[in-house]
Amino acid sequence: MRATVVEFLGSNCDHDMIYFSKEVLKFKTEVVWYSERDLKNPDVVFLPGGFSYGDYLRPGAMASRTPIMESVIDFAKKGGFILGVCNGFQILCESELLPGALLRNKSLTFICDYVYLKAENCDSPYTKKINKILKIPIAHGDGNYFCKKETLKELKDEGRIAFKYVSPEGNIDEKWNFNGSLESTAGILSKNKRVLGMMPHPERACEKILGSDDGKLIIESLISFAENG
Amino acid sequence: MNREKINTTAEMASEHGINREEWETILKILGRKPTYEELGIFSAMWSEHCSYKSSKIHLGKLPTKAEWVLVGPGENAGVVDIGDGLAVAFKMESHNHPSFIEPYQGAATGVGGILRDVFTMGARPVANLNGLFFGEKDYERTTYLVKGVVKGVGDYGNCIGVPNIGGQVTFHKCYNGNILVNAFTLGILKSDRIFKGKAEGVGNPVWYVGSKTGRDGIHGATMASAEFSDETEQKKPTVQVGDPFTEKLLLEACLEIMEKDVIVGIQDMGAAGLTSSSLEMADRAMSGIKIDLSKIPLRQKGMVPYDILLSESQERMLFVAKKGCEDEILKIFKKWNLDAVQIGEVTDTKRAEFYFEGEKVADIPIDGIGENAPKYSRLSKKPSRYDENRALDISHIDDLKNPDKVLLDFIGSLNLCSRKWVYKQYDQSVRTNTVFTSGSDCGVVRIKGTKKAIGMTFDINPRFCYLDPKEGTKLAVAESALNLAVCGIKPLAITDCLNFGNPEKEDVMWEFAQCIEGMKESCEAFETPVVSGNVSFYNETDGVGIFPTPSIAMVGIAEDYEKLVKNKFQDDGDEVLVIGELSGNLDGSLYFSEMMGIEKGKIKEVNLPLHKKLISLLLELSQKKLLKSAHDISDGGLIVAIVESCFGETSSIGVSLDFNSEGKRNDELFFGEAPSRVLISLKKENRKIVENLILEKGMKVTSIGTTGGDRLRVKLNGENFVDVEIRRLRERWENGFDSLFEK
Repeated sequence: MRATVVEFLGSNCDHDMIYFSKEVLKFKTEVVWYSERDLKNPDVVFLPGGFSYGDYLRPGAMASRTPIMESVIDFAKKGGFILGVCNGFQILCESELLPGALLRNKSLTFICDYVYLKAENCDSPYTKKINKILKIPIAHGDGNYFCKKETLKELKDEGRIAFKYVSPEGNIDEKWNFNGSLESTAGILSKNKRVLGMMPHPERACEKILGSDDGKLIIESLISFAENG
Repeated sequence: MNREKINTTAEMASEHGINREEWETILKILGRKPTYEELGIFSAMWSEHCSYKSSKIHLGKLPTKAEWVLVGPGENAGVVDIGDGLAVAFKMESHNHPSFIEPYQGAATGVGGILRDVFTMGARPVANLNGLFFGEKDYERTTYLVKGVVKGVGDYGNCIGVPNIGGQVTFHKCYNGNILVNAFTLGILKSDRIFKGKAEGVGNPVWYVGSKTGRDGIHGATMASAEFSDETEQKKPTVQVGDPFTEKLLLEACLEIMEKDVIVGIQDMGAAGLTSSSLEMADRAMSGIKIDLSKIPLRQKGMVPYDILLSESQERMLFVAKKGCEDEILKIFKKWNLDAVQIGEVTDTKRAEFYFEGEKVADIPIDGIGENAPKYSRLSKKPSRYDENRALDISHIDDLKNPDKVLLDFIGSLNLCSRKWVYKQYDQSVRTNTVFTSGSDCGVVRIKGTKKAIGMTFDINPRFCYLDPKEGTKLAVAESALNLAVCGIKPLAITDCLNFGNPEKEDVMWEFAQCIEGMKESCEAFETPVVSGNVSFYNETDGVGIFPTPSIAMVGIAEDYEKLVKNKFQDDGDEVLVIGELSGNLDGSLYFSEMMGIEKGKIKEVNLPLHKKLISLLLELSQKKLLKSAHDISDGGLIVAIVESCFGETSSIGVSLDFNSEGKRNDELFFGEAPSRVLISLKKENRKIVENLILEKGMKVTSIGTTGGDRLRVKLNGENFVDVEIRRLRERWENGFDSLFEK
């Protein structure tokens, strides 16, 4: 597959995403700068995590108004695959490619820890191959997912909740919903299920030596979907 | 604009922290009275913080060289060769005084400063460590300081995207009035692409890049070179304000420009800002430097040359570039949205000349300020408490009777419990290299594209250093080496952060000299030279100083990260053994300090040759993949090391132990401390071969039990002594920090 990683001023998981895409997934990987407009014809766009514009104003707000995001929005409209991780998820919400918002964590502190994820619907491009609880790190100060009641209902009815925070055994439990997200929501999908935003970092869980390689399953699902539908 | 010329006097100098004798030296160097700006420059450069005037004579004794040391002390950071064309740059620095005055910004800018020191060398920062020392739990400011400092350290490092993978958090009443924030950064670079802070090549342009200059942090270095008093609150304006976003841009821009062939020398503007960076760069190259202060981008109107020279605004760099590369330089900085301006040039005058609006405001011979900098051989005297403290009679203290309860209380005490409340606020996994993080004996990052891993550890036991500064420091170096070796990492070099009280006091100076002696002996024994470091004196408030705290950060390497050894028990049914003596010494122990309030005694001396053998033994065991886990036995003694090994990342493993007290007291056996001891676990079938390897080296080894179950069970001399659920221990250990926030 062909992937494009978008870099904004201040992105700090861009290198991790490029490494993940190029070295782990062996994708043909392009890197584009926020001021450009050409996405270079990818199959999938990765919006990396990490404090674009220092999180000043609101996380993701400034990045969502950069020239490249206009191309990303066009790409989404044409049915392109987009994965936004952490700050990338915040940018997707600020760009209104995904509904809702990421509020301050309920602890009011930054949290870096492993979380456990359950795929809610196994018919999306990103979840179809997931058959176990995923162990993936989070690292964010604003990951408390929130949306209107009607939106939540819509997300649920349409099978657009991709991942929920669960206990290691796979149970919904507030104790394991570190950031206080609405109904333990860790990741959501667009209407066509081709845009995924998630707070946990799959690219940080891509090799056994790092403590987990569960993150790869998400992209392996995508590859399988893209190849077989 | 006509600025009023200020006539300088000895009294004015004294307000700048310059004593009579130093004032006379200035007059001699200049052959006239200094201008107001020059007085400011001397004041900053000759402050304790910048000049090391009280410590220089002692620091000269430390070993700094080895075949693998590429850059030693004196540069922005030390650099060590790690083979295959790669090197690591690292340094540690204190930000104690500012963090006490304004914990959030003080700690944040401490992290920012050390990151700049490392990327200035051309290295990509890949890991941070932090040593934090706070006052006692019940002290009124402690909780506020803990929250502010941890948030400051976290926010800055998290935003930049450098993982924080270890350190130390200690609470003691000696830090009530002076907390310590010691920040360490390590970066990776190519061994033939090291950048230095040199202003070379007459006529080469001097560039300023990064944030605009404001009035923050003026005389920060001078502030950090004096004791605190009631007026400390008024010193808030001397604390800088951090902007990690700009630093991230600066980092990327600098690393990008360093790939081109345009940079001659580069240095960050840290303590004493533009003044120290320009003077030091010219000093190292034995050149001169001419700077037009009117060209400096300013944040505020009405700033005068004095302010511009001494501002410690953050996220600024000074560099000397080759002539004719202006377009290339501007293009890169424009990409990163940063101001870059030419502010002067390199000269051959051996003078630092500063102009403002066409007028020369300062003109100082560079040798004069460097070579003639005051150097004090301060008086030192062994404090009377030293010998008194060594006498500790434990015969009247009851031996351990109710071990389950004591162990639960002890494991949940503030200096022993889990630090997760702190480190989960730090990004530990960004850059996808972290193999071991906080909670392990050392932090480890792998190097992508190789099998190599770099280990780093922070260690100091201030209580030991208070009781015996020399042995305490020796032990800190020895324990650092052990922290690396248990994980399978070979020690290479250290950096230090020497935090002390007022050096004008004889007993403080004695402690300092003793620590240096201890560090020297230990570093020589383990062949871990000191490649960078920092001294922080005047950690005193109203005449009360901290315990001597010579923080050590040691760095090492493993050639194959697949062979690293974890610190926690891995599986049920593994054999548990102790290398070294089973029991330890209660003198100066954490158990006595935390549970009984006793801080006395004669600490056990480390046997350096034996300890060295232990290090090589552990490296051999890891190479041969014979261990399932290994953990250094230190704070809290044997039983604490065992309990800690039971606590996995999310689950726990129990253990059943059976051993004899060998005539020792139960508390000495359980909680006694002694150097050169390691707890290991291994597959049963490997027991004989490992025991033989240990015995061959002339070391003691005792098999004490087997992992498994969900309880900690200890049979002592054949009788049941401890039987407690791991779950209960873990709960106390995990929630120990809650007591800080209950007020």
